[in-house]
Amino acid sequence: MFQQIMSFINTLGRFLIGFFRASGDLILFTANTLLKCFRRPFYLREIIRMCIEIGFYSLPVVALTTIFSGMVIAIQTYEAVSKFSAEGAVSMVVLVAVTRELAPVMAALMVSGRIGAAMAAEIGTMRVTEQIDALSTLKTNPVQYLIVPRVIAGVLMMPLLVLLGDIIGICGGYLVGVTKMDFNATTYLVNTWNTLKAMDIISGMTKAAVFGFIITVLGCYHGFKSQGGAQGVGQATTNAVVSSSILILIFNYILTEMFFKM
Amino acid sequence: MTQKKIKIQLKNVAKSFGSKHVLKDVSLDIYEGESVVIIGGSGTGKSVTLKCLLGLVEPDKGSIKMDVQSLGMLFQGAALFDSLSVWENVSFVMLQKPRADRVAAKKLAIQKLAQVGLPAEVADAYPADLSGGMKKRVGLARAIATNPDIIFFDEPTTGLDPIMSDVINDLIVDCVKKLGATALTITHDMNSARKIADRIAMLYDGKIIWVGTVAELDKTTNPYVRQFVAGSAQGPIKMEVKAE
Repeated sequence: MFQQIMSFINTLGRFLIGFFRASGDLILFTANTLLKCFRRPFYLREIIRMCIEIGFYSLPVVALTTIFSGMVIAIQTYEAVSKFSAEGAVSMVVLVAVTRELAPVMAALMVSGRIGAAMAAEIGTMRVTEQIDALSTLKTNPVQYLIVPRVIAGVLMMPLLVLLGDIIGICGGYLVGVTKMDFNATTYLVNTWNTLKAMDIISGMTKAAVFGFIITVLGCYHGFKSQGGAQGVGQATTNAVVSSSILILIFNYILTEMFFKM
Repeated sequence: MTQKKIKIQLKNVAKSFGSKHVLKDVSLDIYEGESVVIIGGSGTGKSVTLKCLLGLVEPDKGSIKMDVQSLGMLFQGAALFDSLSVWENVSFVMLQKPRADRVAAKKLAIQKLAQVGLPAEVADAYPADLSGGMKKRVGLARAIATNPDIIFFDEPTTGLDPIMSDVINDLIVDCVKKLGATALTITHDMNSARKIADRIAMLYDGKIIWVGTVAELDKTTNPYVRQFVAGSAQGPIKMEVKAE
């Protein structure tokens, strides 16, 4: 019995030490990245390349996700509110749900799968093939050259993606409302416009910027710390997607509560 | 008699990873303009020594002094950047300067590629399109692009056929001589060591156990060096082959 308790304490201790070590490492990595964001040199070419990669190439996936989310919300809301003869609320619910929650969260999860994984794999491969060491020998700081442009691009592009996602998601709700529920097209649009508050858009875009930061920092961190060849890179990719998805959902709650109080 | 200037000095360098003591007491002086090769079996700490010199790993004890203006490095797998073309790899340092002249950088890259025997057409290719030997040559071109006064070579002939190995060895000797650089190579390829080295140092059990010229290598009575040079399984060096 005593041995079992000791074994449990031992396992728990190992887990806690590992957890705090990894957390500390991540905090130092993030702080170092943030500091370097404001220091020369700025690799503009890399920042533009990453902006195109994150912003432009993620647009189709974000558009598809948000349009279908908007459509589903319209159907579900109609189903619920029609019992109280409050069909007019559909456009309002679609607007709030898409701008405040669905567009930022769905876009972030999609970008996490697409970009976070790609960053971890690319930087992880660079680590195991000594390309990151090579950067150091070529008078180039790897964090400044590889990580900072990705983080800047993520923070800049995610809000833009979400803004477009908002428009596309609302269009999805509009399409279903007008074609399936026989809402008047003009009334639907006017209702949507009248319900729209600046805070809806601002909260969604703020969330998007935070999610962009989480996705890029975690993608880069796991890639940067990967070791042990192909298996290590694969593990880094999985860790990047899983950890960023979890943090996105946690921070979504924290930010929602913050904006709810405002 | 004029004393030669020391370019690289390792003094009592030690490095451990957990309970594994990789470097115990490494001391070595490398003089200006000479080419030193560190030989030793796998896992003896050659790469860790190089990483300590590059500042990628911090030694636990000892000191490292380097009188360096510009540094070049040829990595074992060449470590070319996949997302950049060959010429962008070679002129990488030049391209990172503010308002870099890309035309001049490409011209310099083509010139350096010619120096390692590669045609100008290779300049626009990507690392994924190149063979192992070509990658090594591009890596060498990148290492000499800034006209460094110190160049490190990490297992320059690993993974290459004997003829290509000899070509790379000749290129290394040629480039180092033309630049007048100080070179440090780590390898376990004795043909390469004989060709490149002015002096050879043997690393064993975390220490430099022998240093001498190529001529002295063949006459040494040191049993460890003799066994390593002969490539024999019989002798004081025991390979760790554990059956679990």
